[in-house]
Amino acid sequence: MAEAKRIATREAYGKALVEFGAQNPDIVVLDADLAGSTKTAMFRDAYPDRHFNCGIAEANMMGVAAGLAAAGKIAFASSFAMFAAGRAYEQIRNSIAYPKLNVKIGATHAGISVGEDGASHQCLEDIALMRDLPNMVVMNPADAVEAREVVKAAIEHDGPVYMRFGRLAVPVINNKPDYHFEIGKGELLKEGTDVTILATGLCVAAAIDALPLLAEHGINAELINICTIKPLDEDIILRSAAKTHRVVTAEEAWISGGLGGAVAELLSEKLPTKMKRIGIGDRFGESGPALELLDKYGLTGSGIAHTVEGFVQQQ
Amino acid sequence: MDNLELKKIANKVRKGIIIGVHSAKSGHPGGSLSAADILTYLYFEEMNVDPDRIKDPDRDRFVLSKGHCAPGLYAAMAIKGYFPFEELTTLRHVGARLQGHPSMQYLPGIEMSTGSLGQGISAACGMALAGRLDGRNYRVYTLLGDGELEEGEVWEAAMFAGAKHLDHLCIIVDNNDLQIDGPIAEVNDPHPIDRKFEAFGCHVINVSDGNDFDQLRAAFEEAKTVKGKPTAIIAKTLKGKGVSFMENAVGWHGKAPNDEQFKVAMADLDRIDEELEKGGAQ
Repeated sequence: MAEAKRIATREAYGKALVEFGAQNPDIVVLDADLAGSTKTAMFRDAYPDRHFNCGIAEANMMGVAAGLAAAGKIAFASSFAMFAAGRAYEQIRNSIAYPKLNVKIGATHAGISVGEDGASHQCLEDIALMRDLPNMVVMNPADAVEAREVVKAAIEHDGPVYMRFGRLAVPVINNKPDYHFEIGKGELLKEGTDVTILATGLCVAAAIDALPLLAEHGINAELINICTIKPLDEDIILRSAAKTHRVVTAEEAWISGGLGGAVAELLSEKLPTKMKRIGIGDRFGESGPALELLDKYGLTGSGIAHTVEGFVQQQ
Repeated sequence: MDNLELKKIANKVRKGIIIGVHSAKSGHPGGSLSAADILTYLYFEEMNVDPDRIKDPDRDRFVLSKGHCAPGLYAAMAIKGYFPFEELTTLRHVGARLQGHPSMQYLPGIEMSTGSLGQGISAACGMALAGRLDGRNYRVYTLLGDGELEEGEVWEAAMFAGAKHLDHLCIIVDNNDLQIDGPIAEVNDPHPIDRKFEAFGCHVINVSDGNDFDQLRAAFEEAKTVKGKPTAIIAKTLKGKGVSFMENAVGWHGKAPNDEQFKVAMADLDRIDEELEKGGAQ
């Protein structure tokens, strides 16, 4: 993917807010003193009357978003994933998900690719926390193109949405004419017969990089982009698993409870299939340049290829 | 509405609280009873609300931040006409609209689902902000417990309300001085309450007797004149007010009366009704 253009999904998020905010005056955006980082500052600069900085008070921000939504607004609330899904978890649960209010949580700086800030800021549990909530839609776009579509879909969807964005510039992979996004639909990126790779977020581009490496070892992998983790596209996963009999998940999150957890729940009940979950194990992240961390934790093309190859050989 | 009528309604609210909590065999009578007069004043005198127009964009909003006092809110709403008074006996029953804590998904007319303390006031801030954005003139009222003030989110919200000049927001503290584990001053003293809200940019009105309609009327009238900042009404109330054995008794924060206690409580409230009838005849 070295040749592809790189854009951070948070950047696309900020741009999409500006784009769709022009058409829809009901869109309001809240931030918690991170508008420059989450990129909601773009919206603030375009529509200063509809952007509210709540200061470093994420719990209140989520509640304010709930109140705005209860009064008819489409309320976006942004912070780092750690402080949105983590610190304000209970406000999201009780004030947003339970009353099914039209709040869109734009959580940036998710995963270890936050980089140098280290473990305190590397939220690895947000997918697990958010997908466990009734009424919540959870989306984790793979690139800037998909991030824009996620924002558009979130606006069109009536109800709570959690959107996971990254700090790191990632390859643009969806700038193709036939690209189409729909909430709850996985996207088959490459057909294969030996193993299914279900990737989400920045792991999609890494998994694309892994494909030729796997082919060199005679492994014909099927690759599916799972952007919507809730509701999960059960059909596409079950169909692929029935064909390949081996499923690997790849995500920049703790493997317990995230995409790997969701897929394991599905397959164990409906089509028991050998699985390998790629992600972060039972440990916290650490400081370091994002790309070096992704390499260390096996979330690059070669890292994913290595794990998939070992898994296929074992089975 | 004159004070006598308000007092009669408040007493009916208190009966509704006792009936509901007794039927549920659980719930929170103490703080519901202390807030009964505030709830009555809001629903029958202060707020522009109509059970036949619950989606009216210009209606005033009420958020019960101290969501555990749902029995009081439900009783006031039933008497106002949102649903039949008899439905109060379904409180906390399986399949009931009257959930243990208010849920806007279950009961039309509930403006915000609450119960987890500290969260209602934030939502009220959001509603007040939306009203200003839309150029509407509605007011937003939120009732907090004094124990609830121990939640940090309350102060995040107070700071926000002050910083954003939410003058259509009216915060009311039901200051009955008791929480589950004991007197608020002993558990984790939130005093001075008025000076805290003042420091966060609120116009503060101290009400020495929050069970007195003259004082409540004066406070809410003053609140409506305040421009550029939210108002916080700190209303000293009597926990368990109206039921002899529940008054100022910490043990009745979250406990239902048994059949025997139910009879005593209802007899207490019947006596108040009789006195009010006599007063009305004078």
